[in-house]
Amino acid sequence: MVAQMLEQIEDALSDWPALAHQVLKTLGVSQVAYVPDAGHRKLIELCQADPAMRAIPLTTEEEGVGLAAGAWLGGERAVLLMQSSGVGNCPNTLAMMKSCGFPFLTLVTMRGDWGEFNPWQLPMGQTTAATLELAGCAVYRAETPDAVAPALEAAGRLAFDAGAMAAVLIAQKLIGTKSFKD
Amino acid sequence: MADTATLDRRNVVARLLADRDDLLVVAGLGAPAWDCTAAGDHPLTFPLWGGMGAAAMIGLGLARAQPGRRVLVITGDGEMLMGLGSLATIGVQAPGNLVVVVLDNERYGETGMQATATAHGVDLAATARACCFRHAAVVRTETELAAALGPIRTGSGPLLYQVKIRADKLALALPPREGAHLKNRFREALLGSRAFA
Repeated sequence: MVAQMLEQIEDALSDWPALAHQVLKTLGVSQVAYVPDAGHRKLIELCQADPAMRAIPLTTEEEGVGLAAGAWLGGERAVLLMQSSGVGNCPNTLAMMKSCGFPFLTLVTMRGDWGEFNPWQLPMGQTTAATLELAGCAVYRAETPDAVAPALEAAGRLAFDAGAMAAVLIAQKLIGTKSFKD
Repeated sequence: MADTATLDRRNVVARLLADRDDLLVVAGLGAPAWDCTAAGDHPLTFPLWGGMGAAAMIGLGLARAQPGRRVLVITGDGEMLMGLGSLATIGVQAPGNLVVVVLDNERYGETGMQATATAHGVDLAATARACCFRHAAVVRTETELAAALGPIRTGSGPLLYQVKIRADKLALALPPREGAHLKNRFREALLGSRAFA
């Protein structure tokens, strides 16, 4: 009985997309911009199904940075969901965010990180955190499923309460390393 | 092709912003921001000094946050070309209250008047139509401009007007430069005390 309850609690804590969605709701995020990533699939679906949120697919990640600026000007809050490779598309638009002191929140699923098989993912994956830090973002890293929601909540407070730029990186180890052999 | 353009950019923008009421304006970096300032600096104009390619997307985020207000993005051809993908993003979102006006002199005006892709026939209005904008058109004459002013204020969007303007180099009319000030004055004018809650 206790073992079963513990297992249920463990399952709930490992369902990081559901918890992250709840955190975004609590933060009052209403514009969810994304370039899809397999690791973000469930969270994107939860946001699409949420009438209090508008899920906005982008053609390239820096569009989501501009969108977040516009949302804030209009009194709304946005988040950008992207893969680590997309971080490389963002720095000049992030510079605008820093110049103006716009809040910025992003949730990044990592490639080129843990046991990556695709060598083309490595240069960006290995410099994702440094790129974000150089652009002015505080960077939190979640290595386990239960760490995602607390990191997102903390990053969200940095963004929307402290007016800062903050990123949460979701480790490839957490999502599962793609092999194309499955 | 710009050599045949007759419309004056300052006059065009002055007419876009005349009696602006509760219009929310995003001005793309460079000459479009100077044009908006020449028409009268305003707290509900957000002029960009950087972030090239982002103007239309800032407009989308703002239009979504303020569905009851009209959002007008006034930008240049070079700036719009850098964010061409955002036309697809906006077309899919289909915000009824968003209008993009591209002041098209077919030049990178701040860097030495080098030709942009529109000088070689790239048609931004056709691109916007292909990206599911409700309506988009090229404006070349006074008559066409006069006909566009109504839809720009009240027509159902998303709309894009590519206004062919003379490639003049005009006197600078600079808005405030400090980004936090520009952001905060916009939010305070729009949101009141909620801006700093």
